[in-house]
Amino acid sequence: MSTNGSVIRIIIDGKEYLSRSGVYLIDVARENRIFIPTLCNISGVKPRGACRMCTVSVNGRYMTACTTPVSEGMEIKTNTPDLHDLRKAILEIMFVEGNHICPVCEKSGNCDLQALAYRFQILVPRFPYSFPKRTIDAENPLLVKDHNRCILCKRCIRTIKDEQGRSFFAFRKRGHKLEISIAHHLKDHLNKEIAQRAVDVCPTGALLKKESGYNIPISERKYERTPIGSEIESLKQSVIGDQ
Amino acid sequence: MKDLFPDTADELEIGEIAYQDTMIDTVNAIIKKYDHNPTRLMDILIDTQSEFGYIPPPIVAQISRTLNISIVDIEQTLSFYHFFSAKPTGKYTIYLNNSVIANMMGREEVARTLEREAGCKFGDVSADGLIGLFSTSCIGMSDQEPAALINGKVFTRLTPFRVKEIIRDLKAGKRLDEAVVEGLGDGANAQPEIRSMVQNNIRKKGPILADGYKAGEALKKIVKMKPEDVIAEVKLSNIRGRGGAGFPTGMKWEICRNAPGEEKYIFCNADEGEPGTFKDRVILTEYPKMLMEGMAVAGYAVGAKKGILYVRYEYTYLQQHLESIIEGGRKKNYLGKNICGKEGFDFDIRIQFGAGAYVCGEESALIESAEGKRGEPRDRPPFPVESGYLEKPTIVNNVETLCSIVKIINHGAPWYRSMGTKESSGTKLLSISGDCKYPGVYEIEWGFSVNDVLEMVGASDVQAVQVGGPSGTLIGPNEFNRTLSYTDLSTGGSLIIFDKRRDLLKDVVMNFLNFFIDESCGSCSTCRNIPVFLRQKLEKILNARGVQKDIEEMLEWSKILKASRCGLGLTAANPVVTSIKNFRSLYDKKIQHGKDYDSNFDMLIAVKESCDAVGRVPQMS
Amino acid sequence: MERKKTIVATASLAGCFGCHMSLLDIDERILSLIDLVDFNKSPINDIKNFTEYCDIGIIEGSCCNSENVHALKEFRKNCRILISLGECAIMGGVPAMRNGIPIRECIEEAYMNSPSVKGHNPEMILPNDPELPMLLDRVYPCHEIVKIDYFLPGCPPRADLIYSALEALITGNEMKLPYEIVKYD
Repeated sequence: MSTNGSVIRIIIDGKEYLSRSGVYLIDVARENRIFIPTLCNISGVKPRGACRMCTVSVNGRYMTACTTPVSEGMEIKTNTPDLHDLRKAILEIMFVEGNHICPVCEKSGNCDLQALAYRFQILVPRFPYSFPKRTIDAENPLLVKDHNRCILCKRCIRTIKDEQGRSFFAFRKRGHKLEISIAHHLKDHLNKEIAQRAVDVCPTGALLKKESGYNIPISERKYERTPIGSEIESLKQSVIGDQ
Repeated sequence: MKDLFPDTADELEIGEIAYQDTMIDTVNAIIKKYDHNPTRLMDILIDTQSEFGYIPPPIVAQISRTLNISIVDIEQTLSFYHFFSAKPTGKYTIYLNNSVIANMMGREEVARTLEREAGCKFGDVSADGLIGLFSTSCIGMSDQEPAALINGKVFTRLTPFRVKEIIRDLKAGKRLDEAVVEGLGDGANAQPEIRSMVQNNIRKKGPILADGYKAGEALKKIVKMKPEDVIAEVKLSNIRGRGGAGFPTGMKWEICRNAPGEEKYIFCNADEGEPGTFKDRVILTEYPKMLMEGMAVAGYAVGAKKGILYVRYEYTYLQQHLESIIEGGRKKNYLGKNICGKEGFDFDIRIQFGAGAYVCGEESALIESAEGKRGEPRDRPPFPVESGYLEKPTIVNNVETLCSIVKIINHGAPWYRSMGTKESSGTKLLSISGDCKYPGVYEIEWGFSVNDVLEMVGASDVQAVQVGGPSGTLIGPNEFNRTLSYTDLSTGGSLIIFDKRRDLLKDVVMNFLNFFIDESCGSCSTCRNIPVFLRQKLEKILNARGVQKDIEEMLEWSKILKASRCGLGLTAANPVVTSIKNFRSLYDKKIQHGKDYDSNFDMLIAVKESCDAVGRVPQMS
Repeated sequence: MERKKTIVATASLAGCFGCHMSLLDIDERILSLIDLVDFNKSPINDIKNFTEYCDIGIIEGSCCNSENVHALKEFRKNCRILISLGECAIMGGVPAMRNGIPIRECIEEAYMNSPSVKGHNPEMILPNDPELPMLLDRVYPCHEIVKIDYFLPGCPPRADLIYSALEALITGNEMKLPYEIVKYD
C-alpha cells in the first residue's frame, strides 16, 4: 500500500486519473468534475457514511465514496444503471420515511434532498408512505427542529459543538425509531453564529432559524433551474498539487 | 412494546423507587469508580441501572455534569441499549425471550400466564410496581426455551405452571434464589459463583471441548517462541474466524502486529446474539480458562498488553464466575506481569458487559460500545486492526476462535489441519435447537452435511433448517446434502430445525424480520427502513391480500440493502430472500392469483375511528 | 378521416383545485388540446356522471374521506389510464399534515374548539348525518387506494408538465421531462 499523500493512479468510470492516496474518493471525484451525490458528507469534516447516497463500486465492491480513501490501482464505477437505481431508491426511502411536504416547507427550492430527487426525476416513490408521527421542537430561542423533515444524516451532530466541545445534537433510540435530540440545557451556549451554521449544514428543512423566513424569492432559489451537482460538473479541471 | 424512553418528562411515572437526592451520592461513587472516564460510560450506566433499576433524567443530568459531556451524549448511549431504561421497570424485571425457538417451545402460553399472574401487559409494570414484563431478543438459551431473565437471573424451560409458582413466590416476598426450585444446572452452572439452572447440553465433544485441558500449557509453550512464530503457526493452521464472517485469523494477527503503535488491544467477542446461538455460553461456563489463555496468546503474538472480554448482557449471570477465573489466572501468573516468567510479557483482561444490542456483535460496533458509545458499526477503512479501541490497533476474535488457538498451539498446526476439509480446517461448535430430540452444543469437523447433523441430533419430519441464524440461509430437504464449510454453507454455528408443523412464513420469516427491525442501529437509511417495508409486504401476503407483484417487489427491495454499512444491514433481508428462493410455493399459495393490484386498503378499518368519534355506524355501499 | 378524440375525465378529491387551475394554465395550447380531446366527467364542464368509458382520468387531491375513495374507485372503473396529478394525489400533500393527529382531535378542533366555531356550537354537536362522508383514519395517496398509471408531481404541477404528459399520451410519443418542469412545489 502506498503511503498517504503519494501520487497514485486510479480509474474512475473507465478513465484514468491521478490523485494523492488517502484522499476521500468523493473529494477526488469532485476535483475531477465528477458528481457523486451525497446528503451527509461535508467536505473537511470527518465523514460518516450515513445516507449511503454516495455508494459506488470499488473494484467490484459497493462502498461509500465519502468514507473510502483512494489507493493505487482502484477501479471505481460511479454511475452504473444499478447504482443509479440504488441511489434513487435511497432517496425514495427518505421521502417515505419522514413527512416531506415540500409545498409548505421553507427550504423548498434550496433543499438538497429535494434537489437530488429533482435530479433523479423521481415522480413517485416505489415504497409506501409511512406518515410517521413526529414532532416539532421549538424550545430553543434561535432554532426550530422539525423532526418531520429530518433524514438523520448526522451533519448537525458531527459539526455543531459548543466552546467546550459538548454536543448540541445527538442520536436517540435506534432502528426505525431513531431520532435526533437537542441539548436544551446548553441553550445559552448556542449563539446566533452557531445557530446559523446548524441551519446551513442541514440538507433539508429540518433545522430552521426562528424570526426570519422565506428570505430567498421564489425565482432565485438554488435549484430552480440548475440541477444539484452541475456546479461540480462545470468546474475547471483542478491541477494536482493545488489540493 | 411500550417505549422505555418517553419523549417528555411528564410521561415518566415514577414507581416504587422514586427519585431521591441520595441517588446522586450513589451515582457519584459509581462515576468515581470508573475514574470519571467518559469512555467507561457503558459501565457507569450498567452499574447505575443495576443499582436503581432505571436511570431517570436527574441522574443523567448528574452524569453529564460530572463527566462534562452533554446530556444528549449520555442519552444517545442510554437509549440505544435494550436493557437500559429511563423509567422504573419493576422490582422484578422479567425479560421473556421472543425468539422463534421460544415461540415454538410454548412462549405464548407462558407469556399469557405471566400477564395474568403479574396483572399487567407486556411492556408494562404491575400497579404495585413489583413486576415489569418485557420482551427481548434471543438470550442464548435456545436449547432450553422458553426462557426469561428475571433481574439478570436466567429461568429456563418455563411452563405456565412454573410461571405461576415464580410469580406467587415473588409476590410472597421470597428472594429470587428461592424461586429457583428445579435445582441447578450441570457442571460449573452449579458452582457457587454461578448457581444457575442453565444446562450446558454438551452433546458431542471434539478436540476443543475434550477433557484433559491443562491451563497454562499453551502459554508455557509460546514464551519459548518468538511472537512471529506464534503467528506463523496460527497461519499454518488455516483457522478462520468462528463468529461467522470467517476472516483468516493468522492474517488478522499479522496485520495488527505490523500496525504502528505501542498500545494494542485484544478483544474477545462474547456478544453472541445471533438467535439460535449459544455455544459461547457453554465455553464461558466450562472453558473460560482456555478462552483467557487464548486471549493471552493473542496478546503475546501481536504485542498487546490489554484484553477486553466483551460479554453480552444476557450472560451477566456468569460475571462472578468469569471474574474469579481472571483473578485465578493472575495468581497463577497466566495473566498480569511477566507471564510465565517471560520478561516483558504483560497481559491482563477486563470484562466489558453489553446492555442488549445484537449489532454489537459486529466488531467495530463492539469496540464503539466498549468505548461507552452507541453500538454503531464504524466505516471501514480503517479496520480495527489498524485503528480500533481508542483508535489503537485492535484484534477482535470470537470466543471459539481463541479456544481453538490454544489447542493449535498445544498440538500443532498440522494436527489441526488434519481435521475438517482442505479449505475449512479444524472443528466447529454447533448450537442446535428447534425441532429435534437432542438440542445442545456439538463439536464437529467441518465437512459434515446437514443430513449428518439432522441424524445426529434426532430430527425427523424436517421441513426446513435455518443455517447460521436469521442472517443465514433457510434451506429445504433438497439441500440437506450440502456441507457445513466456508466454501458451502458457512455458519457461525447456529442451526435451527423446523419440522412440518411449522408455518415458515408466519412463524419464522416474520419473527426474523421483527428481529432485524428491532436490532438495526438505524444509522443507514437502508437498514433502518427496508426491513420495515418487507414486513408490511409479508403482513399483506399473510392477510391474503398479496399479489404476484408483492413477491417480486420484496426481492427487488431486498437488493437495496447491499448499500448498507455492516453485516446486519447486508443480511437483514436474508430470511425473505432465502425463503422466497427455497420455499416459493408457500408464498404462491398465499397470494391472490389473476389480480395484479391490491392496495390492502380496508374501508371499514379506515373509517372506524371517525365513526366512533361521532357515534355513527359506517354505511358501506 | 377524422381521428377519434381522446376522452378525458378529471376530478378533484382532497385538494385545492390548484392542479385544475394549472391545467388551464397551458394558455393558448388549450386550443390545440381541444382539437385532440373531449372532456367527460369533470368539474371543468360540470358533467357529474360518466357517460362513456374514458381514455384518461386525471385525479387531483388525495383521499381523506369515504366519498373520495368512492369517487376514485369510480374513476378507476371508468378510465383506461389514471394519472395522479399533483402532490396531494401523489403523497397526500397539505391535507396529509393531519396524519398523525388522532381523528377525534381533528373533528373536535373543527367543530368545537377552533376560534371560528367556539361559542357557536353550545350543544357540542359533531356532524353525524348519514349523507356526510366519513373521514378516513388518515389521508391516503391515491395509489394506495387504486392502481395509478402515471404521476405528475408539483404543487401545482407546471402547466408544461401537464401538457407534455397529455401530448405524449395522446400522440404516443415519448414524454419530454426537462429539469425545470419536475418540481414538488
